[in-house]
Amino acid sequence: MTGAVQSSVDRRQELSWVLGGPQGGGINASAELFARALARGGLWVFANIEFHSNIMGKHSYYRVTAAPAAIHSHLDTIDMLVALDEETLFGDAPQRKQYPSHTGHVHEVVAGGGIVYDADLKIDQTRFKRQDVQLYPIPYLEVLEQALTSLGRPGQARKHIVMRNTVALGASIGLIGYDEALVEAIIRESFKGRKAEAADMNVAAMRTAAAYARDHFSVRPRAQLRALPEGERRHHVMMKGVHAVAIAKLKAGLGLQTYYPISPATDESVYLESQGPAHQLVVIQAEDEIASINMAVGAAHMGVRAATSTAGPGFALMSEGIGFAAITEAPGPVVFLWQRGGPSTGLPTRSEQADLQFALHPAHGDFPHLVVAPGDLEEAFYHSFESFNWADRYQIPVLVLLDKFLASSFFTVGKIDMSRLRIDRGLLYQPATPERDGYRRHALTANGVSPRSVPGTAGGIFSTTSDEHDPQGHITEGVENRIAMMRKRMVKLETAAREIPSSFKLELFGPGEADVTLLGWGSSKGAILDAIPALERSGRRVNFLQIRMMRPFPVQEVSAILGRSSSIVLIEGNFSGQLGALVREQTGIEPAHRVLKYDGRPFSRNEVVEGVERALSERQPEVMVSHA
Amino acid sequence: MPEATAARRFTLQEYKTDQHVDWCPGCGDFGILSSIQQAFYQLQIPPHRVAMISGIGCSGKTPHYVDTYGLHTLHGRALPVATGAKLANHELTVVAVGGDGDGYGIGAGYFLNSGRRNLDITYIVFNNGVYGLTKGQASPTLAKGLRTKSMPEPSIQEGINPIAVALGAGYTWIGRGDALDVKHLVSLIVEAIRHRGTSFLDVFQTCPVYNDLRTKEWYAGQDIGRARLQRLDQDPSWDPQVKQPDDLAEVVQKKVRALQASYETGDRLSVGVFYKIALPTYEDQMAEKVPALKDHPLVDLPLDQRDIEGLLRSFE
Repeated sequence: MTGAVQSSVDRRQELSWVLGGPQGGGINASAELFARALARGGLWVFANIEFHSNIMGKHSYYRVTAAPAAIHSHLDTIDMLVALDEETLFGDAPQRKQYPSHTGHVHEVVAGGGIVYDADLKIDQTRFKRQDVQLYPIPYLEVLEQALTSLGRPGQARKHIVMRNTVALGASIGLIGYDEALVEAIIRESFKGRKAEAADMNVAAMRTAAAYARDHFSVRPRAQLRALPEGERRHHVMMKGVHAVAIAKLKAGLGLQTYYPISPATDESVYLESQGPAHQLVVIQAEDEIASINMAVGAAHMGVRAATSTAGPGFALMSEGIGFAAITEAPGPVVFLWQRGGPSTGLPTRSEQADLQFALHPAHGDFPHLVVAPGDLEEAFYHSFESFNWADRYQIPVLVLLDKFLASSFFTVGKIDMSRLRIDRGLLYQPATPERDGYRRHALTANGVSPRSVPGTAGGIFSTTSDEHDPQGHITEGVENRIAMMRKRMVKLETAAREIPSSFKLELFGPGEADVTLLGWGSSKGAILDAIPALERSGRRVNFLQIRMMRPFPVQEVSAILGRSSSIVLIEGNFSGQLGALVREQTGIEPAHRVLKYDGRPFSRNEVVEGVERALSERQPEVMVSHA
Repeated sequence: MPEATAARRFTLQEYKTDQHVDWCPGCGDFGILSSIQQAFYQLQIPPHRVAMISGIGCSGKTPHYVDTYGLHTLHGRALPVATGAKLANHELTVVAVGGDGDGYGIGAGYFLNSGRRNLDITYIVFNNGVYGLTKGQASPTLAKGLRTKSMPEPSIQEGINPIAVALGAGYTWIGRGDALDVKHLVSLIVEAIRHRGTSFLDVFQTCPVYNDLRTKEWYAGQDIGRARLQRLDQDPSWDPQVKQPDDLAEVVQKKVRALQASYETGDRLSVGVFYKIALPTYEDQMAEKVPALKDHPLVDLPLDQRDIEGLLRSFE
């Protein structure tokens, strides 16, 4: 990380494309295919999905943002809206008498933008109430029939109705002028072998629709997008957070992954399970999260790198297991907490950054644990990898805070630097003799770390307990031992703080001194970074302090940076400003302004710009933003 | 792992620690502890190849008194911890222990679901009908209408039948012992540990301080002039072993007989082996997916050598 603000997106070259339709209607496949075709053309791509906690039928939409330069976030405006149904256009107010869940996407389309929809819906164009956008009614079924006829399959459009997604996608590609050959290549890669026939049909549907749209509409939407010239195309890996984290865990030598199904964490475990046979990984679906955490603690004590992945409701059940791992000085587990909207069941499929304070205080009593909060996929990769080293080195549970937005959005990822990845299993006990030699599992040491024996080893026998215990691991309630053991365990936080490199703790983007310092954490990093150029337009100097390690908290570094700031704007996706509370607790510094968002949707770039501008210009201590 | 000590015999003393055993005088737990130590001794399992995992309560202290690897975990969570431990190193002998409140109350979900997996572990429940360490509240096995001396009112909840639950959950070896009959209990523990798969052993245990109903005298049947505990194997026709594991009719027939025996209450309580069946273990099935586990436990695999380049390429 250079610390430079890398975002240099020219808004005029950027495309914000949204495909909306009923859940289960195949929008994921089409949008991901499109995103891959854009990445193949050398563009930076960012794609995020919004969906209901529902299997079929409710409105969901997928947004693909692409540009020739680095982008880390989405806009909440739309250049090209592709609708599979009427609800995508106008929302669900007609069906729901009260509290419609959304008002559709037509109002989000920019002037000069385009809307592709099914002509068969026979929508009176005055309903759009938009004179400034281009409407492209496309008869999906008729175009599909044409495409299938061209393959010698007349009369089969209804049978292959699922391909109307591809028709809609094709029409939008024809209108924005993207390279159809790249899209065709991705379609053919997606449908290989036994599905090759489907490849032909989808390619025909896409190309026929593109041609239809071009032939029937002379006015194009303003946003046009081209692949970069072949020589300028970067080599892009495009993946979701669940994949980046899972692959990092494999590289870190994970032996056992435990989980109980929960959105948005499950995809990570399912992906890991699919890789289990090839990579000698054991993944077990537990009966609940209490079992998940305790299985992982048991495995960690046996010397295997163990992890569990969950979301807030599951993490709530893991409390006692985390305290158990901490007091018994287990080397782990590493717990991956994919935050979603809370409290309680809350918003199961939406994003929020509201579990920070919970992650900092996950169980009763005072005990050491690490909490890190990566802000993008590369950080998620390196932090996830390193968390296993920390778990072994300090024999403590490590918590990696992520969220639904990172879990399920597609990001363009830079090349992983393998030379940075070194496995460190920490201090191991090597018995001099296979006989008993007075091994003390919890021996008192200056840095708090005692050499651990791997069960199964002769001469290293120990027993330990969730009760307070003596250095041998046996129960004792004596006061001297209690004080020594509390200090021994807690000093590990100081050891960790001293040893862990600063790059894992925080980063300051932009100039060392600025007129305004943005303060944030986690997945809002992308939107904040991309918002900086717009915030600097008025001539003010802006920097951004991203905090990545929450415990142990980098007190000195944060105090020094914030102490130099003339104005601090806290930006986070929760109601109470949880990072702000932590910063005040640890440094005594209180940000003058807070931009908060708790509608269950991730920050868009324009929300950050609007929130910061309003906070500063209106001198508001707190601004709530919600464009969703 | 080189077995430096494999050649010599272990003494019974080597399975005992120097820790003071802090159970009350006359506690049934002593009989169970002694039986566990004797079983390990009979089987000559090297102490460092055993992991004892316990829950919370009086029984939870057992690992401190057995000189093997031990984890004294949380209330009700011995089985998940044991499951993780066994998955990490299936070459260890993993024995989970806990009380009836621990296993059938707060840990009931794990008691049930561990039966579905058939890991090669042993689960021993110290069943005394009360929560001893919190001074004698009714446990899940205390029968309805009973009131021990520390209960303000008789229980109006039914007591569960753990043998019946274990039959439904899918345990592949189900037995019940008596803490006061150490010789028989040792033989049951030996058989339970030898069984490939999850063995479940419920042990009647007296709590002389808080359970004044299920006393040594009661089990001996002093009030009815005949011992209440009857060994199943005294019936010559008793055969708990399923001969054809894929013969559903035989499985059901054996389970029905075991269920009937488990519901004999009051004047006659059965001890012994209720049911056993040879089925593939969880480890066997995991090794089908991850063949390296056939030769080595997970903890010994070179997991830090993984190549992830191919995985990253699959996202290009």
